[in-house]
Amino acid sequence: MQSLTQRAQPVDRRPMTWVEKIYLWNIFRGMLITLVHLFSKKVTINYPEQTRPFSPVFRGLHILNRDEEGRERCTACGLCAVACPAEAITMEAAERLPGEEKLYREEKYAARYEINMLRCIFCGLCEEACPKDAIYLTETIAPANYSRRSFIYGKEDLLIPDPNTQPAEYAKARGQIDKKKKAGA
Amino acid sequence: MAEEKKLFKVTIDNITIEVEPGTTILNAARMIGSQVAPPAMCYYSKLQGSGGKCRTCLVEVAAGSTADPRPMPKLVASCRTTVMDGMVVKNTTSEKVLDARAGVVEFLLINHPLDCPICDQAGECDLQDLSYAHGSESTRFEFQKRIFEKHDLGPYIQLHMTRCILCYRCVYVADQLTSKRVHGVLDRGERSEIATYIEKALDNDFIGNVIDVCPVGALTDKTFRFKNRVWFTKPVDAHRHCTKCCGRVRLWLRGNEVLRVTTRRDKWGEVESLPDGTPGWICNECRFEKKHVSSWEIDGPTRIDRHSVIAQGHYVDLEIPNDPLVKVMHGNKPRLLLDIHSVSEVNKPGIDLAALPGPPTSKVYDQGNDKKE
Repeated sequence: MQSLTQRAQPVDRRPMTWVEKIYLWNIFRGMLITLVHLFSKKVTINYPEQTRPFSPVFRGLHILNRDEEGRERCTACGLCAVACPAEAITMEAAERLPGEEKLYREEKYAARYEINMLRCIFCGLCEEACPKDAIYLTETIAPANYSRRSFIYGKEDLLIPDPNTQPAEYAKARGQIDKKKKAGA
Repeated sequence: MAEEKKLFKVTIDNITIEVEPGTTILNAARMIGSQVAPPAMCYYSKLQGSGGKCRTCLVEVAAGSTADPRPMPKLVASCRTTVMDGMVVKNTTSEKVLDARAGVVEFLLINHPLDCPICDQAGECDLQDLSYAHGSESTRFEFQKRIFEKHDLGPYIQLHMTRCILCYRCVYVADQLTSKRVHGVLDRGERSEIATYIEKALDNDFIGNVIDVCPVGALTDKTFRFKNRVWFTKPVDAHRHCTKCCGRVRLWLRGNEVLRVTTRRDKWGEVESLPDGTPGWICNECRFEKKHVSSWEIDGPTRIDRHSVIAQGHYVDLEIPNDPLVKVMHGNKPRLLLDIHSVSEVNKPGIDLAALPGPPTSKVYDQGNDKKE
């Protein structure tokens, strides 16, 4: 029979000689491999003290963005939910009342916004679909958890800190981005 | 048949059809099919006198008739031009028409705000479809768009004048369906606007139909406002016995909630004709008051064109594969590890969106939170 590839090698089925039977040579060869790896460069790192560089297109945990004045950008247009191949995103819209102009950018906003992280496949199509620059995938890896309940991310989990009411948190979030940009540049 | 009616032979995009004299080019093209029919924003076959305003249905007449085969010098509005015998019309086969149509779309979009993410019409908007098919990617308009004072048209109808393209369809509806028209187009040119002038609510029994004829999101249903996106609701055809109207409607459901009631639409986006040939307009009571499935008898799911965004998530002819787990586990169903409704804040039973007379606000959702706690 003609072999499909050139890689197949016939197995040597001759009985072992006396030298082969005491396995010393094979043990020595195996230990040599171990010895080489002992002095070679380690492939692991001490996470989380050390982190690996992220690819610029890495897609991690989602955030809901705010504009320069701290108003929520999302208008619950539903394009992310309709683009989502895993059907992970759901939302409910509400009309902005008079007096809420500082909270929400547009007349309509997402009163509820939920991403089911158990379903999410981090494809980034929601980010691509968003016409309002409201949803972004960050460089944060979605954290593990023991309970399934904690994977339903609501608006309070997704929204970035408000620069007006939480300036410290906002600065912290921004500061890391700036540092990374500098390091990259 | 003593006197045979003479039929006119007209060729549209190389397809020949025989139509009765007096038919417009647009209607002749619609008889051939949707591939040939020019788009129409203002023409509405069920409204007399409509058409001739938006210019999206422009076509090229390559030969006027057999008697006078000269081409027409300019593009003509097909909704207003009647056919002649031996007329040769070019719609999508003419470069000139496509170019002109792109120009018309650009003009229509000059004053149209880009608030599709907010607009309730998005997903079933004629202008959205038109600009998707014929529009350019970006705007060349650098000036401020029109701004209007907000007018309140009563508890049922929401007016967004900035989105209006002045097609006059709603004016014809009020003229032809209601006894007295109280709204119309005021002022002229760039300042012309749909309004009631003396802040009067539109309250005729059939005035709700202006929502359905509006090709854009200028007139929308206040009882549906912001409640859901069109493509997340499930359309079903339903009917009820109504003393005022035909009672044949389309319900837009979320689960068992009737979020919106509209007329049934045919493939031209117009209200469907009843079996006796009259248009199936519906009354305000059917449209705004009956927001409960028990009021309706459901005829079946609406057939939605699969190219429409409304068809997303509608799995037609779905074959659910047999779950082998049930067999392996001796008929026991696998244990549900997470009931999403026990965690999710969306679609909570305490909040009945369908029962709300207007758009949901933060008050509605905060109230729902209290109920849960």
